[in-house]
Amino acid sequence: MTKRPPPSGGFFPRNFQIHPPAYAPDYKSSIVRSPKLALVSIGNGLSEITGPVFGHEDLGPTDNDLILNYSAKDKSPIGERIIVYGKLMDESRKGIEGALIEIWQANSAGRYRHIKDKYIGPLDPNFGGCGRTITGEDGHYEFRTIKPGPYPWPNGINDWRPSHIHFSLFGPGFSQRLITQMYFEGDPLIKICPIVNTIPDKEAIDLLIARLDMANTIPMDTLAYEFNLVLRGRRSTMFENRPEGN
Amino acid sequence: MALSPKIYQELPSQTAGPYVHIGCTPQMAGLKTIYGGGHLGSKMVNEKTLGIRISISGKIFDGTGTPIKDGIIELWQADAQGLFNSLDETRGEPDQNFQGWGRQPTDILTGEFHFDTIKPGRIPYLSTNRLQAPFISIWVAARGINLGLHTRMYFPEEVEANAEDPVLNRLEHQNRVHTLIAEPLEDGVYQFDIVLQGENETVFFDI
Repeated sequence: MTKRPPPSGGFFPRNFQIHPPAYAPDYKSSIVRSPKLALVSIGNGLSEITGPVFGHEDLGPTDNDLILNYSAKDKSPIGERIIVYGKLMDESRKGIEGALIEIWQANSAGRYRHIKDKYIGPLDPNFGGCGRTITGEDGHYEFRTIKPGPYPWPNGINDWRPSHIHFSLFGPGFSQRLITQMYFEGDPLIKICPIVNTIPDKEAIDLLIARLDMANTIPMDTLAYEFNLVLRGRRSTMFENRPEGN
Repeated sequence: MALSPKIYQELPSQTAGPYVHIGCTPQMAGLKTIYGGGHLGSKMVNEKTLGIRISISGKIFDGTGTPIKDGIIELWQADAQGLFNSLDETRGEPDQNFQGWGRQPTDILTGEFHFDTIKPGRIPYLSTNRLQAPFISIWVAARGINLGLHTRMYFPEEVEANAEDPVLNRLEHQNRVHTLIAEPLEDGVYQFDIVLQGENETVFFDI
């Protein structure tokens, strides 16, 4: 990948109104894992606006295909076949090329392939549950997978997670680093999930809900969901904190 | 030039949950063979990387003093000359044998993380020519952490540079500076524990 033109500004400050607070007691795990003291604001210097470069050579050809990347030859995982695709953009609506996206999820029975997950839902021998890709020129990405099932989890006595896929996003700047979760349009469990509800702005929750997209569905084969991703954008003015000037 | 370039909103964060290892360090979750048997960021240096070899180990403690065993930790740092191997590095040619980024799980049994890397060179502070003390940027995600946490590790032997460092000096509570400085174990071997909450809570940054 070639060098970009000299960087413009630092990143727009985070809007903490849309992020969950560190301490969100209805999600019990946050109680002892939340810093009590204020974050110290230090702004964006070189170490914050820069970030690592990932190349397509770092990845294998089926890394973004969870139907194939763990299945035995001529076997398929059980469940609804889906494509999840979209565009990774920054807050200025610029597509972000070369970003690393990693996902992980439960199988169609709501069970994770993880040595600590003991849920009664069975493992699927043909499903690993992780995938990764690097965004294309305009920020485009896509995965093929199985729709994850909902599952109960130990928080309240009867809390269930809606079907969801975890997304780890790595844009060009280390201060853009973000992990979030994607939900599915129409899932009645979204509204009552304590983790979803850590997000204080109810409209912001909508940003995490993928829409069924019949236009990109493959007939007689695979449904498609569109999920667009947005990371922090950058300032672009003449007067920036750059050691070498603008 | 647009006056209001911000059109969209960053997606809200959600916790990485208890199974972040599946996605980011799958071997630690028990997926031994996927991705060719390794994870991105597992090896930071090779034999050609320039600079002083160091290793960093530590644990991440919750508010009860219990190490967390389901987290990941990432490092981002300059090379030995103080240059970043990034598309946005315009000051010079960084060491092509050093990506500058590392990722490790906190061990599922012990909670310990471990990195082998090099000591970074110094970099300037914001728009000034003033050099910062050498440091490594750190990002932590885990179940119960609703938005990934940024902190830094500084070096205990850099007494003078640390004393002049613009970020360390900016902390209102100077009695918290020690939470950002690694413990020396032996030459080039450091321990850096992160405390999420309570006594000796690590300084976390909004960057």
